[in-house]
Amino acid sequence: MSLSDEQVRHVARLARIALTDEEVAGLASQLSDILAYAEQVGEVAAGDVVPTSHPYPLANVARADAPGPSLGQDEALANAPAVEDGRFRVPRIVGEEA
Amino acid sequence: MPDDLTRADAATLLAAMEAGETTAVAVAEAHLARIRATDGALGAFLRTLDDTALAHAADVDRRRAAGETVGALAGVPVALKDILCTRGVATTCGSRMLEDYHPPYDATVVERLAAADAVVLGKTNMDEFAMGSSTENSAFGVTRNPFDLDRVPGGSSGGSAAAVGGRHAPLGIGTDTGGSIRQPAAFCGIVGVKPTYGLVSRFGLVAFGSSLDQVGPMARSVADAAALYEAIAGHDPRDATSIPEDPPPARPALDRGVEGLRIGVVSSFLDGEGVEPGVRARCAEAVERLAALGADVVEVALPHADKALPAYYLIAPSEASSNLSRFDGVRYGLRVDGPTTEEMMAATRAEGFGPEVKRRIMIGTYALSAGYFDAYYLQAQKVRTLVQEDFAAAYASCDALVSPATPSTAFGIGEKVDDPLAMYLNDVFAVPSNLAGTPAMSLPVGGDEAGLPVGLQVMAPHLGEPVMFQVAAALEASLGLDLAPDALDDAAEERA
Amino acid sequence: MSSAYEAVIGLEVHVELGTRTKMFCGCPTDFGGEPNTKTCAVCTGQPGSLPVPNAAAIEAAISLGLALACEVAPRSQFHRKNYFYPDMPKNYQISQYDVPICADGHLDVAVDGTSRRIGITRVHMEEDTGKSLHVGGTGRIAGADHSLIDYNRAGIPLLEIVSEPDVRGPEEARAYLAELRGIVRALGISDAKLEEGSMRCDANVSVRRRGDEAFGTRVEVKNMNSLRSLQRAVAHEIERQGALLDAGEAVTQETRHWDEDAGRTSTLRAKEEVFDYRYFPDPDLVPVTPERADVERLAAALPELPAQMRARLTGGLGLSDEAAVTLVDAGLVVVLDDAVAAGAEPAAAAKWLANEVLSWCREADVDPAGVPLAGDALAELVDLVARGTLSTKLAREVLVGVLEGEGRPGEVAKARGLEQVSDEGELVTLVDEAIAADPAAAEKVRGGNDKAIGALVGAVMKASRGQANPQRVNELLRERLTS
Repeated sequence: MSLSDEQVRHVARLARIALTDEEVAGLASQLSDILAYAEQVGEVAAGDVVPTSHPYPLANVARADAPGPSLGQDEALANAPAVEDGRFRVPRIVGEEA
Repeated sequence: MPDDLTRADAATLLAAMEAGETTAVAVAEAHLARIRATDGALGAFLRTLDDTALAHAADVDRRRAAGETVGALAGVPVALKDILCTRGVATTCGSRMLEDYHPPYDATVVERLAAADAVVLGKTNMDEFAMGSSTENSAFGVTRNPFDLDRVPGGSSGGSAAAVGGRHAPLGIGTDTGGSIRQPAAFCGIVGVKPTYGLVSRFGLVAFGSSLDQVGPMARSVADAAALYEAIAGHDPRDATSIPEDPPPARPALDRGVEGLRIGVVSSFLDGEGVEPGVRARCAEAVERLAALGADVVEVALPHADKALPAYYLIAPSEASSNLSRFDGVRYGLRVDGPTTEEMMAATRAEGFGPEVKRRIMIGTYALSAGYFDAYYLQAQKVRTLVQEDFAAAYASCDALVSPATPSTAFGIGEKVDDPLAMYLNDVFAVPSNLAGTPAMSLPVGGDEAGLPVGLQVMAPHLGEPVMFQVAAALEASLGLDLAPDALDDAAEERA
Repeated sequence: MSSAYEAVIGLEVHVELGTRTKMFCGCPTDFGGEPNTKTCAVCTGQPGSLPVPNAAAIEAAISLGLALACEVAPRSQFHRKNYFYPDMPKNYQISQYDVPICADGHLDVAVDGTSRRIGITRVHMEEDTGKSLHVGGTGRIAGADHSLIDYNRAGIPLLEIVSEPDVRGPEEARAYLAELRGIVRALGISDAKLEEGSMRCDANVSVRRRGDEAFGTRVEVKNMNSLRSLQRAVAHEIERQGALLDAGEAVTQETRHWDEDAGRTSTLRAKEEVFDYRYFPDPDLVPVTPERADVERLAAALPELPAQMRARLTGGLGLSDEAAVTLVDAGLVVVLDDAVAAGAEPAAAAKWLANEVLSWCREADVDPAGVPLAGDALAELVDLVARGTLSTKLAREVLVGVLEGEGRPGEVAKARGLEQVSDEGELVTLVDEAIAADPAAAEKVRGGNDKAIGALVGAVMKASRGQANPQRVNELLRERLTS
């Protein structure tokens, strides 16, 4: 599968990674190579095969509705790049929530 | 008991400490001194924790002297891959994104090491976010191979492998998602184990490929690896993928020998096209040795094994693309400011992630995206099922499987770093076990013509740790290899 | 809108569960507190953290599914819904995708006495996001200078209930939401308050020519914070779309924001961005495969649901439909049942509850479901009125006294001196005094003018501060006047 620059930009948008034009071109080529390799999975006839998302078969793992320890406000904010009024501060948000 | 404490393995050190022949503080100091003297050349550690290590060692000595209970690894130094959260201590994952990140909590494995009274000497270098096979993808410099400082130690757990191989610590902790313990273990001439998926808690392990990641032991002997495995394995209610049952013990299996065991050789691996002659030769000799020891050796096929690596390079990046979304400059880690949150996030991620991480995030995002999900991600998970079935069929007639751990010995620094696909091929024999979630380990079986270590991979079914360690221990005993503990000194001398 | 068109409406409702802890970690879910004090490594998305599902939340999901006549999936899976937003600690939401915990149910909804069955597509579990405060500007996102995020709410368990597009009008939409709310409250899994956000509703509205099978263009409407708001918003949107079609224009597929004050919707998202959520099964969470025995246990433990309550009230207790609906909606059925059990006549008890009790609750801002009135106290009040010890008017005062904690009705009546005067001797005295004080009226009555007795009755009532038994007073006046 050969990726176009436009496809690379689209994926970069989905992944929230800013790319320069140079990087876009470079990635288009590299990703195309990697995908061409990975596409070999398509050579396997696997129509009826059930996909595996968990390699070890477990089910019904849950916890009781009982309280556990929480972080104090200082701890929760300790690594924050920007804090205001006990909250994480971010620049203005453009998009509405999904 | 050698004069140089760094030449002793963990079992020897434990015995000596228990016998009063040495102290945990002396052991810690010896290793820290060696790190100071040689890690400049090797680059295994991102940071050492001298003060806390010595304080812990002193406490172990005090408790031992007072006859109090001490943990199973009391006083034994450990090198910890910088992907495991250590409370209040920088945990970078080899990335600029987390350069100043100090987790507010300890990983379960870290808690278990503390409970075992192992002495953590420091956090080791790694490929960024565990993505790589050479530790050249670290944002903080390369780590070198103790056997040849111009060669890579392998990756992504290259720092821990080099630390153990270079005698900076008798024990190391690594993680293995697509061979990242076994391949560096093979390259650095040490033992490295990827346990059954779910036996070792992932709570506090910064996630790369969640359905593939496992934490595992690295050591200079099979017995040491077994002891470390037992110390860290076990159910953890904070990890929903953690196996509820008690982990199968490894140490009782160590001296059972291989008489009567059915061992399958994955011939497509052993005789594979890209396998170096030296690797093939040492591995074939090891197989013959197993037969001579009484094992029933047969050839097995894993028909879908050649599709395992392609499948892995869809599944792992897909999971990674989601796992790494949290790194956005909001709650922790690097922030590159921008006029809007969207721009801030995109700029932060552009600067915080290295090229390999970006490639994998992009591949994964693409493989999960609308219109491509079925052909890529879903198809890869179907191939995964087929690989599991291949293993199940093989294990129906074999107790364990063997193959080379890697197609080659350690390659030169810089040699493959610009060719992602060539780099990926390092893990072609390792990845099937990650897909299947089955245990696998690498142990040294000799050197190639240049004296570079060759590793043999031993694989077993789910919860088959006992038979896996059993085979490895028997082979190790029979080989009687001197794991060239002077490798780093020689290499450093050659350089000087 | 001309009746040539038919509205097609689907509703998506989110319910915040009232579990003690969050969906995937042990942090508390209680309201209030300083920001970022109810978080941990898991719900702030720290690297290396892992989710573990809340068993009570799973049971609540199954219970709700059963109450909505859904099939409980034998094997259900959590999926990751990937998108970037600063109130999302991991930039993916753990939710469910193609294998939700419950599916294929229905809810019967009545409008003006006619019941229709609305399909329930699915019930699934997911986690809530944090809260953003937008600083500078009006407090909404547009025009803000920067934003502040609090993750206390991040990870609170949510159930999402999606209906089939079977709803056909604003009243029906409102009735659906009210009924769903009643069920959720009856199950005790959430306080389901639209005004507070523990229940949220989005509507998908489209319009098509009657007789058409194909659906028209769908518009999503958000920000309806009450039942009335939902009804108004849906009605408005149907009008708006009908007007566009009448004018020969097309309806744009988009998301619109309901403005309660202005009474109209406006575009929220300028162009319809198709979000690619890249759903995939969450590798950190293993499948949920409920045991048949557990599902049966939960089914057996379902409480009486609103529809069943209403049927019992109208059938067994003979109440009117209106009374039944009012009491069930208000959460006053427990009090009614207790009152009836204590001997109260059902219709009388129901009347007190539906009128005086409910309006007291409104004025006092008390949730009727938690009204401080015991059923047997209500029964006592009803009995006092029935026996003539209290006039209805005075009983109202006594009721207030009971509600405000002054004691049992009898005690309150005595303490406030409100008991009806029934002592014959006293009444006769009062009657004679009234006659003596108004000879003109007395003359009229003796002369055959029956209505004139009203003034005399009034005088006696006034003199007795309303505590005379009016019926007996009337009788006594006639006796004395005609003797």
